Amino acid sequence: MKRLVLILALLAAPVWAVEPNEILDDPKLEERARDLSKGLRCLVCRNESIDESHADLARDLRLLVRERLVAGDSDADVIDFVVARYGEYVLLKPQTGGSNLLLWAAGPLMLLGGAALALTYVRRRSAAQPVGEVGLSDEEQARLDDILKRRRAVASCNRPDLWSDTPEHPRKGEDRERV
Amino acid sequence: MLNELGHFALILAFVVACAQSVLPMVGAYKRWPGWMAVAEPAALLQFALTLMAFAALTWAFVTSDFSLRLVWLNSHTAKPMLYKVTGVWGNHEGSMLLWVLIVTLFGAFVALLGSNLPTSLRARVLSVQGMIGAAFFAFILFTSNPFLRLEVPPFDGQDLNPLLQDPGLAFHPPFLYLGYVGLSMTFSFAVAALIEGRVDAAWGRWVRPYTLAAWMFLTIGIALGSWWAYYELGWGGFWFWDPVENASFMPWLIAAALLHSAVVVEKREALKSWTILLAIIAFGFSMIGAFITRSGVLTSVHAFATDPERGMFLLIILAVFMGGALILFAARASVMQAKGVFGVSSRESMLLVNNILLGVAAFVVFVGTIWPLVAELFFDRKLSVGAPFFDLAFTPFMVLLGLVLPVGTQMPWKRAKLGRAVAQLRLAFVVCLALAALVWAMQSGRSALGPVGMFLAAWLVAGSVVDLWSRTGRGGGRLGRLVRLPRADWGRAVAHGGLGITMAGIAGMLAWQVEDIRVVQIGESFEVAGHAYTLADVHQQDGPNYRSTFAEIEVRKDGREIAVLHPEKRFYPVASMPTTEAAIDNGVMRDIYVVIGDPQGDGGWAVRTYYKPLANWIWGGAILMAVGGGLSLSDRRYRVAAGAARRRRAPGQVAAE
Repeated sequence: MKRLVLILALLAAPVWAVEPNEILDDPKLEERARDLSKGLRCLVCRNESIDESHADLARDLRLLVRERLVAGDSDADVIDFVVARYGEYVLLKPQTGGSNLLLWAAGPLMLLGGAALALTYVRRRSAAQPVGEVGLSDEEQARLDDILKRRRAVASCNRPDLWSDTPEHPRKGEDRERV
Repeated sequence: MLNELGHFALILAFVVACAQSVLPMVGAYKRWPGWMAVAEPAALLQFALTLMAFAALTWAFVTSDFSLRLVWLNSHTAKPMLYKVTGVWGNHEGSMLLWVLIVTLFGAFVALLGSNLPTSLRARVLSVQGMIGAAFFAFILFTSNPFLRLEVPPFDGQDLNPLLQDPGLAFHPPFLYLGYVGLSMTFSFAVAALIEGRVDAAWGRWVRPYTLAAWMFLTIGIALGSWWAYYELGWGGFWFWDPVENASFMPWLIAAALLHSAVVVEKREALKSWTILLAIIAFGFSMIGAFITRSGVLTSVHAFATDPERGMFLLIILAVFMGGALILFAARASVMQAKGVFGVSSRESMLLVNNILLGVAAFVVFVGTIWPLVAELFFDRKLSVGAPFFDLAFTPFMVLLGLVLPVGTQMPWKRAKLGRAVAQLRLAFVVCLALAALVWAMQSGRSALGPVGMFLAAWLVAGSVVDLWSRTGRGGGRLGRLVRLPRADWGRAVAHGGLGITMAGIAGMLAWQVEDIRVVQIGESFEVAGHAYTLADVHQQDGPNYRSTFAEIEVRKDGREIAVLHPEKRFYPVASMPTTEAAIDNGVMRDIYVVIGDPQGDGGWAVRTYYKPLANWIWGGAILMAVGGGLSLSDRRYRVAAGAARRRRAPGQVAAE
């Protein structure tokens, strides 16, 4: 528990992220620095970017990013530099290479798969014969009669049909129109 | 003494849960009414016993009984009463007790209100619910017992984590648990239906209220958590794609999908096996959430109680329930035959599209959340998956969903003409496009996020209006008919409109936020986004259990004072932990958000100022979604069904007992 409190104290109460004295004079560079910081993980934190974190290490990394930018590095150069030093763990947006391809492709692949499955299902449904109108078996019919008889005996109030659909007014003739 | 009574009640509840999970199931199989009838009293008794245990623990917290280890670890005599009470679930053991209390609460609901269920289905539902209860009772008793005593009670406690001493977070867990555990009810219904081998429209109708309620509570819980993060963490972020947040978001997405597919089961008797599968998966995600939060497998900002032994126990529970349910599903799914026939363009198909989009979105979040684990285990790569990934991979599905949604609500059941549905929306579409163009022109040179977000938001809201209006028929008296529309229709429109409002808030805040960080001397003024700010004063003051650095900042617009804000920095000495209390001036169109930082060398103070357009729309939309759920829940067909059950029981009450 003590350790947990300590961790929370260090990490989850970001009293301060970017300090006023860190900000670069050139607003263009500063904006790039902020954008880059948002994609870099504070290594001692739990799932926070260095832009949000107030840990000392995050501050060091922020300063490092700004140093590289002032030295004239492009955004990609800065990222490469940081990754070379700290490993790909530092990237909040994982690279697309290698096994990570699976991660990035997961959503689109799943969408295609789901769409294909759904389409086959819908096609089958639209070609299927209606089952509901076949009617009740003798046994079910007998049970239904029984229930209806009893209900009529109990109360003769005009109860609305519980199973009715919500009203769909202006759609009369929809079925007639279809070929 | 009271603590021992609570402990004893908890053990008894475990025993009752074990009985409840076995006897009714056997009874339903053998058609023994006596055994089946065990279910209801057992469910009620289990709830009463758990409530007793929970009350005992609450009493221990309220009276600061530090002989209980849990109270000593998480409370303090100087803590305000509200947080003494909410501290009961501000820790692992207590929150598990709350979790299981809600499991039994839902069981008691079915026992009380389920008189219109077929006897064997009710017995089986309660039996499965009993199994879930038993598993979690065992988890509490064997790995995280809240009633453990200390041999020598200390003089004072260690205080609750100060971040949790906040009204927003105090009520965040109960709502989340109501949602998570509400999904256990749909799970029980799904498993019971698989055992019965029967899923029909009636089943859909019984399941839907529980799904709706669970989804509603999850919406409120998630919104509360996000709102808390917004004002408490000090930079006005509202969503971080943290594993624990994702753990609550995945069940929400799946519950939303389930909500819609259950409609198809209820009205059209199709998509049955898919709905059953969703119900199983939804609760699976709830339990994965519990596992992620409590096992420490995935690092997260607010994982509490990370303990491998507990993680193992939870993993076993998860494996048994998911494995069992999925095997049952594989064996019995073929029994469920779809009845409704529908065309490729129809309401049914559109709801299927909704299900695919929500399902895939949940899957993306899931893959992103566990990917660091997978990559380390199988590919030996240590990597992170953070917000930038989710923003890119998740958002497209929501954009698609927003585009399709209004068209879907215009589609009639069975067979529809796409052209006719689109024609109804033509005017709305043009208006929304014009709005987006206007936004585009006004913000020249910034990202497309603003215009696209505004278009989607307006499209959803306009779609909801068209949805309601088109249901009023033709000719005179449409307004009157509008008011008398079924509440389910209103609920649908309000919830969908709420989604639009939330999207507007997110897009507006992310696209047009202005941030300012600077050092300010006392008395100095500065300007941010058309507002003038003056740091009037900073002084130290004492709170009940903390010390505060208390600042006063005046905000003026066009020379007129519109707000005096008091941002604070608090320090909690017992936990030796600082927190930030941002000061926010809430407005309909914008929030002004001010944070006071550290004193600087030259006597000035660091001040962060944010201008956040449309911030409140995010939570306003969430509230609307929850209200929509509530309206739907109070629809006539549920009330009438409940009333019918009551009336039916009245004459022949003896037979029922």
